[in-house]
Amino acid sequence: MAGTSAAHGDHHDHHEHKPLTFFQRWFLSTNHKDIGTLYLIFAICAGIIGGTLSVVMRMELQEPGIQIFHGLASMVYGFEGDAAIDGGKHMFNVFTTAHALIMIFFMVMPALIGGFANWMVPIMIGAPDMAFPRMNNISFWLIIPAFLLVLLSMFVEGPAGGYGAGGGWTIYPPFSTSGQPGPAMDFVILGLHIAGASSILGAINFITTILNMRAPGMTLHKMPLFAWSVLITAFLLLLSLPVLAGGITMLLTDRNFGTAFFAPENGGDPILFQHLFWFFGHPEVYILILPGFGIVSHIVSTFSRKPIFGYLGMAYAMVAIGAVGFIVWAHHMYTVGMSLDTQRYFVFATMVIAVPTGIKIFSWIATMWGGSIRFTTPMVWAIGFIFLFTVGGVTGVQLANAGLDRALHDTYYVVAHFHYVLSLGAVFAIFAAWYYWFPKMTGYMYSEFLGKLHFWVMFVGVNLVFFPQHFLGLAGMPRRYIDYPDAFAGWNAVSSYGSYISAFGVVIFLFCVFEAFAKKRVAGDNPWGEGANTLEWQLSSPPPFHQWEQLPKIK
Amino acid sequence: MKNKAFAVLAALGCLLFASTAFADQPFEWQKGLQPPATSIMEEIRWFEQYTLWFIVPVTLLVLVLLVIVVVKFREGANPVPSKTSHNTAIEIVWTLGPVVALLFLAVPSFQLLNKQLAPTEEPELTIKATGFQWYWGYEYQVGDSPLSFDSLLLQDGDRASAGKEDKSVYPRLLAVDNELVVPVGKHVRLLVTAADVIHAYAMPSFGIKIDAVPGRLNETWFKADREGLFYGQCSELCGKDHAFMPIAIRVVSQEKYDTWLAAAATNVGEANKALMASVDGADKSVNVAQNAAQ
Repeated sequence: MAGTSAAHGDHHDHHEHKPLTFFQRWFLSTNHKDIGTLYLIFAICAGIIGGTLSVVMRMELQEPGIQIFHGLASMVYGFEGDAAIDGGKHMFNVFTTAHALIMIFFMVMPALIGGFANWMVPIMIGAPDMAFPRMNNISFWLIIPAFLLVLLSMFVEGPAGGYGAGGGWTIYPPFSTSGQPGPAMDFVILGLHIAGASSILGAINFITTILNMRAPGMTLHKMPLFAWSVLITAFLLLLSLPVLAGGITMLLTDRNFGTAFFAPENGGDPILFQHLFWFFGHPEVYILILPGFGIVSHIVSTFSRKPIFGYLGMAYAMVAIGAVGFIVWAHHMYTVGMSLDTQRYFVFATMVIAVPTGIKIFSWIATMWGGSIRFTTPMVWAIGFIFLFTVGGVTGVQLANAGLDRALHDTYYVVAHFHYVLSLGAVFAIFAAWYYWFPKMTGYMYSEFLGKLHFWVMFVGVNLVFFPQHFLGLAGMPRRYIDYPDAFAGWNAVSSYGSYISAFGVVIFLFCVFEAFAKKRVAGDNPWGEGANTLEWQLSSPPPFHQWEQLPKIK
Repeated sequence: MKNKAFAVLAALGCLLFASTAFADQPFEWQKGLQPPATSIMEEIRWFEQYTLWFIVPVTLLVLVLLVIVVVKFREGANPVPSKTSHNTAIEIVWTLGPVVALLFLAVPSFQLLNKQLAPTEEPELTIKATGFQWYWGYEYQVGDSPLSFDSLLLQDGDRASAGKEDKSVYPRLLAVDNELVVPVGKHVRLLVTAADVIHAYAMPSFGIKIDAVPGRLNETWFKADREGLFYGQCSELCGKDHAFMPIAIRVVSQEKYDTWLAAAATNVGEANKALMASVDGADKSVNVAQNAAQ
């Protein structure tokens, strides 16, 4: 079979099978590319929902006072009068919670890991598919019910007089236990359990695939950086998610079965949950950004027509970030009342992360240095990523200092910081990857004009949203506030206008995708030229249903 | 005519005075930290400025390098790319450079942390603050009969009866019915806990923020070095009225504090009114000038 298919080339994919029906191909899929496509479609849908939640919050925060959430609460939940005000206040918290959970678990992770990594890692390492194709399928189909559970949680009872889970994505007890007795929090917990199981299965799949299925001659030290980044990400998932699962299971039994892990009145400790949560939560933020690091390396190298500068340094910088990422979790908890020595340790360990991160930033610039750069759409997204990630990174260095964090903890400064690294970092990397691989995945070329328009509208928009939030944070505006003292009105208005511009950017993105499919400009096997030298560019666009039936040889 | 001009000037002056005197709350288009009222906050502000001397140049360096790369190494300007992929010397520089910069950050950072968490003085007054959904309770551990009262968001309907109609002094969402009253220049130990869910006690101009956790007694301290009315807000998501449980601390002279404390033992509301009258009395010149202007 291998011989015949190699002889017939790419166009006789299922010559020994009847063609798959639509249902078989998309619902029972075991093909990594089809599953990757499903993940990308899912991430776009979830991103639109999560993004809409954030725009509604920004509409509320555009002016002081409560403008829309009481109306929304009476519209959605049927509250009236004062109950609508109270329901609306809680609904705002539900929106912040759902926005975070959706963007993290159902947008960035499915896009980068389930989507691009699923699509490209097997191809890039010269493997025909993932190691466990059926497990790949269940990974995807678990994330759907998980997402539905989180969405449904918004419509079932949370605290008295409110619907949905509004404890923030950090779901700290006792607010997530005795504070919200209704079933909404149980929906969220079960949703996280299932999403976590999906991610753990995915992580096992990636680790096995990358460690065992590389083409002959591809040693770890010759492996593309995107595969490196996904391997490290998969280890982070594998090691951190079980801790989250343990923590939220304890939350679940505290809520429903009378245990008291986190209930102080029975000898439990609410702070224990925070340690468990952030032992997962901090690696999680690296899970969100590391695949982006890998993607940006490829794009920068491709369009500079230069090999990646300091390849080994880049790979081991990611290993270092992943490893150190596990021992810095309590820098999210400087104000819980930790001892002086504990805070000293976490300040020190956290600052260390700046070193490998700096290596990455400078190596990207060095990759471009001396290059012959073409400013295609993926390249401008990647350059935007490098700069905006730097901005978010340096405010992270400030926040690492417990003494200064005392003033900034739980203010908008933190919101600005993590949106610069994630919304402007990880999401820019996702868009960079989208435009980079879109011709490969679909065979069609997107419109350069629309792609660049998308970039500039988004760039202006997100900076308007998040830069003023630094000022709000310094001035002391706490996070997760539905209403704020009038003095904060100015920058909040600017931030809200920025979010409308960003939302318009997303519309341009969707139109750009539609336009590319409508116009059907043929992209060719390698639209990016000699700089694109990873294995995916040796295949047809779109690649054959099964690739590498004869394994490529790596020099 | 001259008198009138003088009155206008005086009014403007006291407006200016008012805006500085009552700057212990955020102001429109503010871009930095709030003005300090304790030595700790002074140091936090200093350290924040100090970090900017590192992070702004680093960001600008990256920006400048990117601009150079974009201009000099675009396809049109540099059609033949170099093949360089290693340079051990520069890799060592950009690894060790940040290490040195971080050491320069770490030293003052640890000093600041030390001052915050290991105060050298003994506390002269201990107050316990308890977070509730959604207000703060205070307990003064003084004398034989501890004084305790609750501090709730000031409702608009209560402004007139409380004498707190001036929104520049008692802003929306920051003003409370009963402020925490402390003497100026005294080391105050604050014990913080919560009764239901986690809250956080924050006072920006004092440089303090500490979580109020049920079942735990957290400790922090402050020593206000000037009198005034200071505002903060709950800083840990605690439910629907998280944004509606502000913190207000009134720092007064020792005598006024003593008078207030004695009066508060029997009636907190009346004691607060008397205290407000005596604080306003000290600023009588301001009121007179304003009246003259009108």
